[in-house]
Amino acid sequence: MTPARQERFRTAVYSLVLLAGFLILWQVVAGAGGKGSKGAGIPGPVAVAQTAWTMLGDPFYDRGPNDKGFGLQLGYSLMRMMGGYLCASVVAILAGVALGSSPALFKAANPFIQIMKPISPLAWMPLFLYTLKNAGQAAVLVIFVSSLWPTMANTAFGVGTIKKDYQNVSRLLQLSWPRRFFQVILPAAAPAILAGLRISIGSAWVAIVAAEMLIGGTGVGYFVWNEWNNLALNSVIFAIFAIGMVGVLLDFGLGRVARLVAYSD
Amino acid sequence: MAFLEIDHVTKFFPEPDGTGQVCVFRDVAFGVERGEFLTMVGHSGCGKSTILNIIAGLETASLGGVVLEGREIRGPGMDRMVVFQNFSLMPWMTVTQNVRLAVRSAYPTWSSAQVDECVRRYVEMVGLRRAESKRPAALSGGMKQRVGLARAFATEPKVLLLDEPFAQIDALTRGVIQEELVRMWTASRNTVFMVTHDVDEAILLSDRIALMTSGPEARLAELVEVKLPRPRSRADIIDEPEYARLRSHVIHFLVERSRHLQEQAVAEGAAGGHSLVTTR
Repeated sequence: MTPARQERFRTAVYSLVLLAGFLILWQVVAGAGGKGSKGAGIPGPVAVAQTAWTMLGDPFYDRGPNDKGFGLQLGYSLMRMMGGYLCASVVAILAGVALGSSPALFKAANPFIQIMKPISPLAWMPLFLYTLKNAGQAAVLVIFVSSLWPTMANTAFGVGTIKKDYQNVSRLLQLSWPRRFFQVILPAAAPAILAGLRISIGSAWVAIVAAEMLIGGTGVGYFVWNEWNNLALNSVIFAIFAIGMVGVLLDFGLGRVARLVAYSD
Repeated sequence: MAFLEIDHVTKFFPEPDGTGQVCVFRDVAFGVERGEFLTMVGHSGCGKSTILNIIAGLETASLGGVVLEGREIRGPGMDRMVVFQNFSLMPWMTVTQNVRLAVRSAYPTWSSAQVDECVRRYVEMVGLRRAESKRPAALSGGMKQRVGLARAFATEPKVLLLDEPFAQIDALTRGVIQEELVRMWTASRNTVFMVTHDVDEAILLSDRIALMTSGPEARLAELVEVKLPRPRSRADIIDEPEYARLRSHVIHFLVERSRHLQEQAVAEGAAGGHSLVTTR
């Protein structure tokens, strides 16, 4: 075996060991609750796998407000998230380009951004509910806020560090503003922007679950909370894994886009 | 008045420690005639690239100014185009796209087909037909600078500014591309201002060579006429007695006189220095 293949083999083995260790630990913890002891105990891997099988077998059914297929709930969450995320991305990229192009503006705005950044997007929820009087829109706005800052900061950094050579060429060629924006600034800063977009979609996905727990109605966040109220822990655990998987897929998708816009000089 | 007039240009830079200003070069004055190839030679730090950038409009003169065809230069314009030492190609664009960006800017009224045809012609002229859809990262230094030349020539500027264009290219390729430049220049008869510290390159390409003393407080010391017949090729001129004479004159200047004249200039600087230009 070549060293590279050895390395890959070892990685695969470690990975399987970790998985097995996790499943065993889970089974032990789940078994400790037992049927005889007080409290139902959490369900073990097998029970959750069975639940997953049934739920994935019929993901899109709709039997009233409290009983919808998991796929349907995921769809609601994704739609809501994408609405807020896409709007935030456009605003963040435009603002980031402005901030990155003007060091004075960046310095002026930076203290405010630093204050806004650590605020949990959920903290805005009451304010949004009060002003919008619509839970769905408030949730979208929470997503908007949650995915604004990473993209904005990364875009500002990317635009601020564009090589002077490219700026000189656009000055020499007297490029018009739209052309300078689309042909020079955006592609030059694209790797940094994509890095921001990847962080943002992660925070948006984290925020949507929490927001939906608060607003109720539809979505995976609501699903988790509803199943908790039903004491259906099988479904709760399944949903936790599913949320993680969707997060990985979103990140993977943007990672692919990042590879498309990467360049080296 | 010459076609391109560098009119008593002085440049100050702020001291790195912020305590004042240092004079990079003072009172540089010369003219470039239409269709002339003028090269400026000097040690690093004499401000020759700064002079080129002032002509390009990317930097401004502290004192004096640059006049092109009777009009003062107030910033970049499509009548001047630069070929950069570090190529300055857009790395996310292919060869074609890089040239196309320049052509579209130079001829905003052209149709897409006209632009494509022009781009194709210049890409072919520099022999990059087969690499036209590659990005700069996949090209060698020599190929990158061919794109730089195609981009600059394709905009048909009144003045072509070459900023040590071959400094980052290996010696063997350099010769080939220099001759390509001669060929393109002979066909287009652009006015060219080049900056280099390669003496052989300066003699091969130029009609006149401007010699700068060392910086700070650099001056234009001398304008040397290159009286070698054109077309020139490296192989031919190397045996000309005139070539040997010029070469030894310029190298002698760079090694000894540039330093000596600078010290003299710094000494006179306080007393309001005057130009040192002599024309041979």
